[in-house]
Amino acid sequence: MNAITHHSPDSLLAAFAAGVLEHPFALVVASHISMCLDCRATFEAHLAIGGAVLESGATAVLSSDLKGATLSQLDHPVTPRPEYGRKGIFPSPVVEALKGQTPRWKSLGMGARQSILSQGSEGSVRLLYIPPGQAVPDHSHNGMELTLVLQGSFSDSTGRFGVGDLEVADHSLEHSPKADDGAACICLAATDAPLRFAALLPRLLQPLFRI
Amino acid sequence: MGMSMIDLYSVPSAHLLCCRATKDMSKVPPAPPISTQTACMIAVRDNRDRAAFALLFDHFAPRLKGFVMRSGSGAAQAEEIVQDVMLTVWRKADQFDPARAQVSAWIYQIARNRQIDLLRKERRPVPEDLFKGAVFEPDASEVLVVEQEAEYLKAALRQLSPEQRTIVEKAYLGELTHQEISTEMGLPLGTIKSRIRLGLDRLRHVLKDMR
Ligand SMILES: [Zn+2]
Repeated sequence: MNAITHHSPDSLLAAFAAGVLEHPFALVVASHISMCLDCRATFEAHLAIGGAVLESGATAVLSSDLKGATLSQLDHPVTPRPEYGRKGIFPSPVVEALKGQTPRWKSLGMGARQSILSQGSEGSVRLLYIPPGQAVPDHSHNGMELTLVLQGSFSDSTGRFGVGDLEVADHSLEHSPKADDGAACICLAATDAPLRFAALLPRLLQPLFRI
Repeated sequence: MGMSMIDLYSVPSAHLLCCRATKDMSKVPPAPPISTQTACMIAVRDNRDRAAFALLFDHFAPRLKGFVMRSGSGAAQAEEIVQDVMLTVWRKADQFDPARAQVSAWIYQIARNRQIDLLRKERRPVPEDLFKGAVFEPDASEVLVVEQEAEYLKAALRQLSPEQRTIVEKAYLGELTHQEISTEMGLPLGTIKSRIRLGLDRLRHVLKDMR
């Protein structure tokens, strides 16, 4: 059993608890919390502070009929939103992003694959599959990048990352990650800017491959 | 904040909790009664107690409306959210575990989730429920520790300087970005850290016991 050694910084957990993280990052942090009891505890502590803020904040006068209207709806039937559980290596937030399906992998060349879960103005989040021993194509970032290991492990200039480990990288890091030998490395990776892969593809092709 | 203590015998499950407590807690007399809100929430969870729900509504709805309006919603939308949050409290009561979270922390999370879902028209990623379907053995001593922490946290909030308190409030209202949280929250968070630390150790313990 390998223990998680790379955790989420406190500020990310606070931002996640307060609900201000962009969707791609929120998905990665929710997934790390799903795998890490320590960060779950910290996250719940932030919720407790949020609760204290709610509890000690100013009240607002309610419309006179709000209570009655609410009480009268207690028995109304509701269709619950579908709930997804963990599936294999994927924690439930990832399974939900996949809508319960298996990932649809697209080749990145040299055996590497990706499956984009979402992308838009807030950034992108995707699953990466890197064959054992292979380098993730050299890249640098414009903004923040979060990478959570779901299977296997990778190593870079900052250390070794195994299942459950979370790497936080910013634009100052040129880290050249490489999948370790053994099982293929599968990661959940989010970024708020398009990645620039230097080695693998000419920049012109990037829109085509959406990397 | 004038949390009045309820007559526990009027709330059957809370009564049960106290009976259990007297057995276990012979070493730590005298056991203070649990708060009205926790007792009500347990009564809603275990007995679908409408009177208890109405009490929760009276306490939380005005605070929620104030909270939601401060984080940017107009009065009409705020009441919609309040109603929605309170109905979720009723419907998802089975997920409430008083040994892990204060009622205020639990409702804070529901409120932030709801606001974000409305704002972004997408479902906010939530961590996997590791304890789904678990039958919570109410351990009264743990419940009381959670309650005590809530009081500590509120006291810690009150002891912050006005500037620091404003920062903390803004952060948990969702008015600061992740970047701002990591640069501005250090000081005030440090001030309440000892309190959070206490809670963290306990939470880790509880979470690990439950696995
Ligand atoms: Zn962690």
